[in-house]
Amino acid sequence: MTTETIIRPPASPAQAFLALLLRDLAVLRKEIWMFVGRTVMQPFLLIFVFAYVFPKIGQSVGGARGASQFSTLLVGGVIASVLVFQGIQAVALPLVQDFGYTREIEDRVLAPLPVWAVALEKVASGTVQALLASLVVFPLAAFVPATPVDIDVHWPLLITILPLSALMSASLGLVIGTRFEPRSVPLIFSLLVIPMTFLGGVYYPWENLSPLPWLKWAVLVNPLIYMSEGMRLSLTNGIPHMNAGVVYLALIGFTTTFLISGTRSFATRVLT
Amino acid sequence: MEAVIETETLTKVFAGRGSEVRAVDGLDLEVGRGEIFGLLGPNGAGKTTTVGMLTTRVIPTSGRARVGGIDVVADPTAAKRVIGVVSQTNTLDRALDVTENLVFHARYFGYSAREAKRRADELLERFRLTDRARAEVVALSGGMAQRLMVARAIMHDPDVLFLDEPTSGLDPQSRLALWDVIGELHDRGQTIVLTTHYMEEADQLCNRVAIVDHGRLLALGSPSELKRSVGTTSEVRIHATGDLDALVGELTALPGVAGGEVIDGTVHLYLGADGPPLPELIGRADRAGAEVRDVGIRETTLETVFISLTGRELRE
Repeated sequence: MTTETIIRPPASPAQAFLALLLRDLAVLRKEIWMFVGRTVMQPFLLIFVFAYVFPKIGQSVGGARGASQFSTLLVGGVIASVLVFQGIQAVALPLVQDFGYTREIEDRVLAPLPVWAVALEKVASGTVQALLASLVVFPLAAFVPATPVDIDVHWPLLITILPLSALMSASLGLVIGTRFEPRSVPLIFSLLVIPMTFLGGVYYPWENLSPLPWLKWAVLVNPLIYMSEGMRLSLTNGIPHMNAGVVYLALIGFTTTFLISGTRSFATRVLT
Repeated sequence: MEAVIETETLTKVFAGRGSEVRAVDGLDLEVGRGEIFGLLGPNGAGKTTTVGMLTTRVIPTSGRARVGGIDVVADPTAAKRVIGVVSQTNTLDRALDVTENLVFHARYFGYSAREAKRRADELLERFRLTDRARAEVVALSGGMAQRLMVARAIMHDPDVLFLDEPTSGLDPQSRLALWDVIGELHDRGQTIVLTTHYMEEADQLCNRVAIVDHGRLLALGSPSELKRSVGTTSEVRIHATGDLDALVGELTALPGVAGGEVIDGTVHLYLGADGPPLPELIGRADRAGAEVRDVGIRETTLETVFISLTGRELRE
């Protein structure tokens, strides 16, 4: 019997985290057209119908100040909704599939890092994908609309609110991905994503809900409203919006809650 | 013997509705460096739960377990660096090809890209997967996927390799190929813990076998020690028609016959070293009015040991 000399590199949890992230990015690169396909369609159609078709056919949309302002406010909203979709598609759906069927996650959990860090890596990878997706939307928003889009970037707001929103979407993806069974995936869309989008300030600024006070207050439980408001704060002038402090506070609060709850339910799914 | 695995009254209780199941019940084990250690028992005996606890995925209810000197409960992250695991389900990364599965695994464990690639190529060669290096893992046969899982599990040079029912569901040829792989790893000094409900597998591969049932250790020793312990040296199987229960009664009354039973329409007799010769058994059966179709004799197996310990067959 020969015993081989074992030379093990000093594996650190941080290195394992990075390697897991590299793996996700390698897979993303392999499947880049799938990524673009799943990312582009929904924002393209939204912008195409509301900001190109409607003005062209003379269908009134956007209230008193008209179609141009509507196209402008739509940009922020569409980016917010794209981020939420990425959180579901890049984090939640793969996790649901993993837990319910492929069980690949059982192997990933054996990498030399704490279980909660494996969950956080999924969130990190989802955040990167959400940021990439938001980059895809900018050219769409600039070129598709028939009316001028009046973008005015407030950089300090954008470079903090956009990553924070991406992180929040990915964290929400972790919560959803660890709590739904494969057969209830359709419910993720019908009961969560679609109501969130329609009642998340994608198509209207929050302030404009004032004629419906009950709705104006009810939508505050929807994390997407703060993302839409935050994106409009970062990208536009002259559209009524929520106080920036409230936006930051809500984004940080929701993100923290989702991360804590998501990593916990992740641990209960992989450990017995 | 230098112990690589030590457990002390390791226990896992699953709480169900109104009842609790003691899946593993006070298990004390020691596994030495370089040995192939088998956990043999029927489905539901607690083998997988035991391996789950030793590999940080199942949290023990009580007791202690150390692998490579590391307490698996207190420091699971450090423990994961010294274990390699092949679980019962195929957990290969379906988004990656065969080589990438190995390379990324090594990267998780801190190997440089270059070293990871070198080790991957070497293991693909050793495990006869080189011509599949760029294949998608979904395109692999069951046997190849299993070999790739083993290769992946040893990419980071673990102190202990855990194989949970490694040949379950494999065709006979793939099973033999995997036995070769396991034997080769053993020759290189790899400590291996394997669970199985195939007694041939435990008998062929393992230096020592722990027979477990209902979460308890029933017997522990080398396959030959275990077989000697039941006090019989051979097992005779008689395929016959007629009143088999009466036949068993008659034959077990003979001197040198330690016991017998009817399992699935076949008479099993357990003989001591001074047991009656085959012709005498057949003659007795004839005279008792049974029509003997076929007779087989073989050495006592671990199955015999399990039956003598539990009164049940291994693969029920």
